[in-house]
Amino acid sequence: MGAFSGLSERLSHIFSKMKNKGKLTELEVKQAMREVRIALLEADVNLSVVKEFINNVSEKAVGDDILKGLNPTQQVIKIVNDELIRIMGGSHSKINIADKPPTIILMCGLQGSGKTTMCGKLAVMLRKQGKNPMLVACDIYRPAAIKQLQVVGKNANVPVFEKGQINPQKIVKEALKEAEHNGNDVIIVDTAGRLHIDEELMDEIKGLKKTLNPSEILLVVDSMTGQDAVNVASKFNEVMDITGVVLTKLDGDTRGGAALSIRAVTGKPIKFCGVGEKLSDVEIFYPDRMASRILGMGDVLTLIEKAQAAFSEEEALAMQKKMKTNSFTLEDYLVQMDKMKSMGDMSQMLSMIPGLAGKLNGKNVEVDENKIAKSKAIILSMTPKERQNPDLIKSSQKKRIASGSGTSVQDINALLKQFSQTQEMMQKMTNMGKRGMRGMKFPF
Amino acid sequence: MGFLEKLIAGLKRTKEAFSKKMYQLFAGRELNDEFYEDLENTLISSDLGVEATEQILEEFKDECFKRKIKKPEDAKQLLKNIMIDAINYDIQEYSYPLVILVAGVNGVGKTTAVGKLAKYFVNKGKSVVVAAADTFRAAASEQLEVWAERAKVRIIKHEEGSDPAAVVFDAIKSVKAKGTDVLLIDTAGRLQNKKNLMNELGKINKVVAREFPDCDYRTYIVIDATTGQNALSQVEAFDEIIDMDGIILNKLDGTAKGGVVFAISVEKELPVCFIGVGEGIDDLLEFDAKFFIEELF
Repeated sequence: MGAFSGLSERLSHIFSKMKNKGKLTELEVKQAMREVRIALLEADVNLSVVKEFINNVSEKAVGDDILKGLNPTQQVIKIVNDELIRIMGGSHSKINIADKPPTIILMCGLQGSGKTTMCGKLAVMLRKQGKNPMLVACDIYRPAAIKQLQVVGKNANVPVFEKGQINPQKIVKEALKEAEHNGNDVIIVDTAGRLHIDEELMDEIKGLKKTLNPSEILLVVDSMTGQDAVNVASKFNEVMDITGVVLTKLDGDTRGGAALSIRAVTGKPIKFCGVGEKLSDVEIFYPDRMASRILGMGDVLTLIEKAQAAFSEEEALAMQKKMKTNSFTLEDYLVQMDKMKSMGDMSQMLSMIPGLAGKLNGKNVEVDENKIAKSKAIILSMTPKERQNPDLIKSSQKKRIASGSGTSVQDINALLKQFSQTQEMMQKMTNMGKRGMRGMKFPF
Repeated sequence: MGFLEKLIAGLKRTKEAFSKKMYQLFAGRELNDEFYEDLENTLISSDLGVEATEQILEEFKDECFKRKIKKPEDAKQLLKNIMIDAINYDIQEYSYPLVILVAGVNGVGKTTAVGKLAKYFVNKGKSVVVAAADTFRAAASEQLEVWAERAKVRIIKHEEGSDPAAVVFDAIKSVKAKGTDVLLIDTAGRLQNKKNLMNELGKINKVVAREFPDCDYRTYIVIDATTGQNALSQVEAFDEIIDMDGIILNKLDGTAKGGVVFAISVEKELPVCFIGVGEGIDDLLEFDAKFFIEELF
């Protein structure tokens, strides 16, 4: 949808009619905030949260000096962005560990928010930190929910405690004994999805809290949730006094305004995010990234960090040099593809590049794993000279490569085209990376 | 409980939140700017989105002006009619053999919806088979199996991790051999921006078209009523791959109003066919725009 270009374009349009006097006037701010309001509402930020937010930001913005090097549009977005980060901010992305083990984590949330999967992800994360977690199955209502947790536990390589569909109070009491017996220092309790207005079930989970005295009560929220997020979060918080929030399904294309709404109405930190179907797909929450996402700005920071993790520093330096001198060859491309794979979903990576996010919409440039395998076969069927200099590849060479790699000439053409696009993109990424490091967050 | 009671009970909470606002909105108010702003806020708070809200509001204002409507009661009826028109579609009657493919993103309640649909057709005196084509999520087929038992229908399933298209292929073969009236296909949840998973869905779709060309084939996307504007992107992406025929609007028993169906309607002529109003096997109802809106106000 290109919401970012939407907002920035609309803002530019407003400011183009005004003379830049070095300060933001009341009228300018008012007009700009009308656009910001729409952007936030389209991102599903709750209306009352939007109103309060706009009031705060407007007060701050009027009379604000426009920073050197920024135009009024950028200045407004900077103020909005800073305020979003401030509200969602603070570093809290750690599990509260109990002074005396076991540490008990109680999960709660609506149906289908992703609690069971998140239990497995947290277990894997904690196991990596040297803990010895146990999962407890307390969803006694949904058909096969226990079985699902068992499968998740097996994949996560952690034990799952279950007693069938009996009273959850009994289950957790026995689970505590079992954990002590087996030396599990973390207990993660999966519960049934429940509506926040279902008093009976809310009483049930309140009772679990009383029995367990957990050090962490995490509300699991689907990041695609709309205006109702505030009702859900405030009710759960009121009943359970949650310690934090987990946002799931952030690997989708949602703008995720619910994050801001929840933070604003509960005051509780968002601790983790679910970003994929694999059990390793859990991340800590970065307010700055969420802010740019809500504004639809594409997430340069994540991109850079992910790239850094996948490439060693040396490799990165060598690559950077190649990118700068434009001597990036098909051979590098081959190496690149393996690296990219280890960075995770390519489409996810690409969608993080500002300006691309909207245009691609996960359609054309997305590279799937099969395609990578095909591309590798094609490059491996080229001679070393051809890999260094693709211009050598004319139609007869293409035919040879196609038969060698079991592909078609069209495939070769597509790959070569994609390669040249990648060269361009690499160039763009290095430039952005440099700017990013200087603290420029608005690459437009 | 009869149909109406169930619908009313299921929508009660939705109604409470929405109609309280609507009541306050129209109670003896003058139709001035402040009123329109309050109305706009109410619609946006119900997930209609900025665009659908503006469209409805504009039409409402125009009509109020044209027809010189002054009384809040008349205005309320007018708004109802506009909103009904916005989501009212003629839905073609089913013919048999019928195949319904149920798709959607993760956690919207597809399996549950398939279970309830099975019961819905059993109640109509039809023979039903459900196909467990969600071979990805842990214990998904076990979950569907429980629903199949509850609805007393046959289930076709393979091992976890097997090819979902193969499940569908087998299910069609079985349905043809036994002359079953209805085949319901449960699919894995997939986020709309995951290309591989979306292609997999396309493959399932092709299997149905190829193996069962003479059936009445419908594809439904399940939307969680709690979802915000992302539902638009969901509908767009799924429609591109498998040409959706309708929406099952789920989880209307919460406080969310599912207003995003208005936003969807602005972009695409896609009717809501069923609504889910609870976790019981009978908590799936045919959608009726008029009744839905009446219940909301």
